[in-house]
Amino acid sequence: MLKMHAGAAKALTFRDVLIHPSLPPNLTQNYFELFSLPQQYAVERSDLDVRYRKLQHTVHPDRFVTAGDQERRVSMQQATHINEAYQVLKDPLRRGRYLLELRGHAIEDQQTTHQDAEFLMQQIELREALGDIRRQDDPLQALDRLAREVQAQYRALESALAQALDAGEETEQAVSLVLKMQYFMRLQSEVQELEADLEDELD
Amino acid sequence: MALLQISEPGEATAPHGHRLAAGIDLGTTHSLVASVRSGVAATLPDGEGRHLLHSVVRYLETGEHQVGATALRQAASDPLNTIISVKRFMGRGVEDVKSLGSVLPYEFVASESGMPLIRTAAGDRSPVQVSADILAELRQRAEQTLGDELTGVVITVPAYFDDAQRQATRDAGRLAGLNVLRLLNEPTAAAVAYGLDRGSDGIIAVYDLGGGTFDISILRLSQGVFEVMATAGDTALGGDDMDRAIAAWVMQQAGVADDPAHAMQRRLLLAACAAKESLTDGDQVELAVALENGTQWQGTLTRKTMDELIESLVRKTLGPCRRALRDADLNAADLREVVMVGGSTRVLKVRTLVGEFFGRRPLVDIDPDRVVAIGAAIQADILAGNKPEESMLLLDVIPLSLGVETMGGLTEKIIPRNTTLPASRAQEFTTYKDGQTAMALHVVQGERELVEDCRSLARFELRDMPPMTAGAARIRVTYQVDADGLLSVTAEEQTSGVQAHIEVKPSYGLSDNEIESMLRDSMDHAEDDVKARRLREQQVQADRVLEALQAALQQDADSFLSSEERNAIEQAAAKLAVLRNGNNAREIKVAIEKLESVSEVYVDRRMNANIREAMAGHTVDEFK
Repeated sequence: MLKMHAGAAKALTFRDVLIHPSLPPNLTQNYFELFSLPQQYAVERSDLDVRYRKLQHTVHPDRFVTAGDQERRVSMQQATHINEAYQVLKDPLRRGRYLLELRGHAIEDQQTTHQDAEFLMQQIELREALGDIRRQDDPLQALDRLAREVQAQYRALESALAQALDAGEETEQAVSLVLKMQYFMRLQSEVQELEADLEDELD
Repeated sequence: MALLQISEPGEATAPHGHRLAAGIDLGTTHSLVASVRSGVAATLPDGEGRHLLHSVVRYLETGEHQVGATALRQAASDPLNTIISVKRFMGRGVEDVKSLGSVLPYEFVASESGMPLIRTAAGDRSPVQVSADILAELRQRAEQTLGDELTGVVITVPAYFDDAQRQATRDAGRLAGLNVLRLLNEPTAAAVAYGLDRGSDGIIAVYDLGGGTFDISILRLSQGVFEVMATAGDTALGGDDMDRAIAAWVMQQAGVADDPAHAMQRRLLLAACAAKESLTDGDQVELAVALENGTQWQGTLTRKTMDELIESLVRKTLGPCRRALRDADLNAADLREVVMVGGSTRVLKVRTLVGEFFGRRPLVDIDPDRVVAIGAAIQADILAGNKPEESMLLLDVIPLSLGVETMGGLTEKIIPRNTTLPASRAQEFTTYKDGQTAMALHVVQGERELVEDCRSLARFELRDMPPMTAGAARIRVTYQVDADGLLSVTAEEQTSGVQAHIEVKPSYGLSDNEIESMLRDSMDHAEDDVKARRLREQQVQADRVLEALQAALQQDADSFLSSEERNAIEQAAAKLAVLRNGNNAREIKVAIEKLESVSEVYVDRRMNANIREAMAGHTVDEFK
C-alpha cells in the first residue's frame, strides 16, 4: 500500500485506483449494450468508430451549450461514459479483461499467472534484449526490430484470446492469455519509453 | 441540439431567429474577433479597417485604459504601464512569472491568492483583468459591427494550456461580460477553418507557432467529426523568443550592456520584430536603434544571419512534433496535410524546417493570423444553435496528465494526457488514524514524476468525514474534466453516504467571489444596476428552461412520464412561471433548481431514448 503525503496530522492511505469512473445510477448498461454490440471479443474497429461518433453526436456537451445546468450535467455524464466505454472496447487487452469481468472472472491488478517455463524464459530474453539496446551500433534500429517482435507476439495472443473467448468459452485459458498480454503491454510501454528517450537525445 | 429544446420548423421556439455569436482568438501579441455572416466566416475589422488588435493594454493615472495600437505606440515611452503579452502570465503564479526573467519590465506584486498583480498607474491589475479589457474591446467591436448584443462566444486557447490557464481565460471572458460557450483549442479551430472548406477526411497536423506559445496537434477528420489524436507543445516558446534572439544580437553588435533600461529593451525588441517581419520578403534589412547615450546604432541583418540566430529555437519545436506523432501512433507519412497557424509561421526558416520534418509542403492558404478566429466563429455559430442540421462535432483531448500527490512528493496519474474529453476517474481513499475527520489532497498537472516539476492546480481539504476507526472509511474522490478541459472534484464517504465538504484552494486562480467583486468594480455602476443585471440573467434562464420544458412535454410527456411525475413537474414549472415575473433573483434561481431536480428523471429517460435511437440503425444482427 502506498501512503499519501498529506502533512503530518492528516496522512492517509491510498487504497485503490478504480478503473471505471463513478457512474450515475441510470447508466447501468454495459459497454457492449451501450454500443448495441454483441457481447463477444471480436469487434470490427471501423464499425466501432462509427457507432462511437453517432453516440457522441447524440450526447456530447457541445449539443447542449444553451440548455439548462441539469441537462448539461446529464450530457457530460453520458459523454464521459461513452468515452470510457470506447477506450475499453477499442483496446484488445482492456476489452478482454472487461468481457471476462462480465462473465464473472474479474482480474485483479496484482494478479500474476502461473507461467509456463517457456513463457517466462521468453520474457527474460526479451527484457535482456531491451537492456542491451543502448549498446547496439544502431540502437534505434535494434529497438525497432525488438518492437516488431513484441507486437507480433502480442497480436498472436490477441487472436488466441478471440478464439478462447468467442469460440470455445475457455475461460481459464482466456484469463491466462490476458495475463500474458499484460506482460507484453508493459514491455511495449518500456520499449516506447526507451524509443522516446533515444529520440529526444537526438534533438 | 439540446434535449429539451425542440426546434420543429413551425413552432418558432427561438424568438430572435439568428443568434449572434462570435469567435475570439485571444492571442499573445494580437487578438481577433470573427463572426459568421450570411454563411461566411470572416474576421471583423475596427473603424480603421484593422483586423488585428494588438494584445496591449495601457493603464493611465486617470484610471482609464487604452487597448491596441494606441497603447502600443506608448510602449517605449511608458513601459511600466503598458502591458504586452499578458497571455504569458495567465494562470501563472508569482514564482513562474519571475522565472520568465529580467526581460519583463513590469513590477509584480503578489495577491492573497498567489496570483501576480501588475502595478500600474491605474492600480494593481491581474492578468485576468488585463485580458478582460482586451476581450471587452473585441466585444464592443463585434456588437457595433453586428448591430446587437452577442449571445455567446467561443474563445480559443493553446491546446497545451493547463487547467489553471484555461480557467483564467474563462474568468477573463466572464469579467468582460461575455457568455463563453466553449474554450476551443487553437489548432482545432484552425482545422475547422480548413476542414470545412475542403470537406475531405484524413489526418492532419496543425503546427501553430504564435508570439509566445507553440502547439502541435494531430487531428483526425472523419465525416464531420474532428478528433484530436494527440497534442504537444511548449507554452513558453514563440516569435517573441526570436525577437529576443535578434535583439541580443543587436545589443552585441551595438555594444549595449547586458541589462539595459526598460525603454531601451522595448526599443530593441520592436526593432528586432520589425526586422524579422521584413525578412520574410527581403534578403536583408537595415536596422537603426536609438541608444541611451543619444547616438544611433545602424547595421544590416541578413536573412542568413537571422536564420542562424533562430534555428535552434525553431528546432526546439520539432521535439514536440515527434512526441505528438508517437502519441498518435503515426508516422509523418500518414498525414494528409500540415496546416500552418500563427504569425511566426511566416518566417521562411520555420516553413523550411517544418516542411523537411513532415516531408511535405505545409498549407498556408488561409491567413495564419486569422485562421484560428475564423474556425472559432464557425464553431460559435454552430454552438449557438444557428445550424441545427450541421453535423460537425469536435472531440478534444486533455493536453496534460492530471495527477495527485502521493507520499514522497511523487505524482500518481489519474487521467493520462490525450484522454478524450469529457472524462472522469474515481479514486478511493481511506483514513490513516482512528477518528480522522479530514484529509488533504493536492492535484497537479504534468507529465513529470515529481510533484515539484508539475503544475500545482489546487489543494483540496475534505472535511466533515464521519469519525471511524482507521481504514474503515471509504472516501471516493471523483475527478471530472469537462469538454473545455476544466477540472472539478467531488468527494463522498461511501459507507455512510456522507458528502465530505471540499474546500478548493486553486493555486493561482480566482474564487467565484473574487470574480463577482471584480465584476462589480469593473462596472462603474451603482449596486442597483448589478442587482438588475442579476435579475435579468435569472429571468432569461427561467424563460429558457420553461420554454424548452413545455415543448418537450407537448412532444412526448406521455411516453416518458406517469401522470404523477408529470403533475410534479408542471407544478414546479407553474411556480417558476409566477416567480419569474417577480423581482427576486435568488427566488427565481431556487425555483429553477427545483424544477430541474424534479424533471431530472425525465431528462435522463429522454437522453437514454435518444441514445437508443442513435444506435437503432445498428442492430446486433449486423454482426451475425
